[in-house]
Amino acid sequence: MQVPAQFQYEKATSVAHALSLLGKYGPESRIVAGGHSLIPMMKLRLAQPQALIDINEITELNKISVEEHMLYIGAMVRHAELLASALAGEHFPIFHDAEKLIADPVVRNRGTVGGSLCQADPSEDLSAAFAAVRGEAVIEYGEGRRIVPIREFFAGPYETAVGDAELLVGVRVPIRSSASAYQKVERRAGDWAVAAAGAELRLEGDTVAEAGIGLTAVGATNFHAPEAEEFLVGGPATAERFARAGEIAAEHCEPVADQRGPADYKRHLAATLTARALGAALSRWHGRHQEA
Amino acid sequence: MEISVTVNGEVHARDVEPRLLLVHFLRDELRLTGTHWGCDTSNCGACVVWLDEVPVKSCTVLAVMADGHRVRTVEGLANGGGLDPVQEGFRQCHGLQCGFCTPGMMMTSRWLLDHDPDPSEEDIREAISGQLCRCTGYENIVRSVRWAAEHEAAEVQS
Repeated sequence: MQVPAQFQYEKATSVAHALSLLGKYGPESRIVAGGHSLIPMMKLRLAQPQALIDINEITELNKISVEEHMLYIGAMVRHAELLASALAGEHFPIFHDAEKLIADPVVRNRGTVGGSLCQADPSEDLSAAFAAVRGEAVIEYGEGRRIVPIREFFAGPYETAVGDAELLVGVRVPIRSSASAYQKVERRAGDWAVAAAGAELRLEGDTVAEAGIGLTAVGATNFHAPEAEEFLVGGPATAERFARAGEIAAEHCEPVADQRGPADYKRHLAATLTARALGAALSRWHGRHQEA
Repeated sequence: MEISVTVNGEVHARDVEPRLLLVHFLRDELRLTGTHWGCDTSNCGACVVWLDEVPVKSCTVLAVMADGHRVRTVEGLANGGGLDPVQEGFRQCHGLQCGFCTPGMMMTSRWLLDHDPDPSEEDIREAISGQLCRCTGYENIVRSVRWAAEHEAAEVQS
């Protein structure tokens, strides 16, 4: 039987309350959202916070909205809610692609967007999806809020830019004319990715004007592939170039062999899935522009 | 700490440790042993109950998180003495062998039918994809849920 070590427990009722509790309990306290990463780690005693601050009751954190040409996703939005959000899917179908494959339907009822990002697992899917579309983390602290690009949010495995007395309150993504997609290979429903890639494209005529590539589980620095993005911009949007972009992305990955596969297999997947995600994004781009 | 949880419509107040998991609260404190405790790692789904309106894996929820909320367990499926159509479907279609996964499977299936009264085989398999039947009796579980869907539709018509 797995039992967490003892801890003190507080239910925060607002962001201000959560921040004051973080101040009160100090660096040995942890925020708990859906708890589907933290509670398993606490059961294994890999995490032993002295105090848990529960933010499940903070209703201001679970909205999905469009504000000032930004899609805003609150930190407490459950995975199932992001998957069901027509608003999110309309602007960034990459989130629906990814959410369909994150954990399983019952876990998605509980796990949250903010919790997944703050866990900063090197195989986490939304980290790559937000990196692909250049999302921005909205972090609150006592005196105000600050914005951190998702591409600078991760300090390393299980480490983020969120400081001791700070709270990730949401993620926002600038809405622009673009198309996005996500491709993942997993061994079975509910497992972490063997590898996965997200892509976003904006075209001018047949030329790639903007490209975003996110990668997870393959040791891509900060979950993205800047060399491959740079290669794509300014050139034609063709299958050959997408394949080459995939190769470039894979060359810059540092996958680690584990029970999900050897490193060369993961590198191969990084290339293939990048090319496929770019292809899927391109199809959506054309679909959208034929409708219009 | 003092918590108050409404389980199957009944309010239960208890003094619990914050580290007590919801599955153990239900089984050990309330003696509602219909909810099974399986892998303890949120993989198997034997412990699925509803928290407010949605199925969750109760081995990965703290009992204190359910304070002030509603929980529905397999004991709350049947109403007024009659089996829920999902339970009847499992009975009719041999939807259980050893029965260990059954309460969790039924709670997820009930939620599915409430939101999609006519699910395809694929929809059902997707809904239960986070739950394991170690007897590998998935075929009959899918049939059981389909049985429930068809009989609920017939009831609505009559």
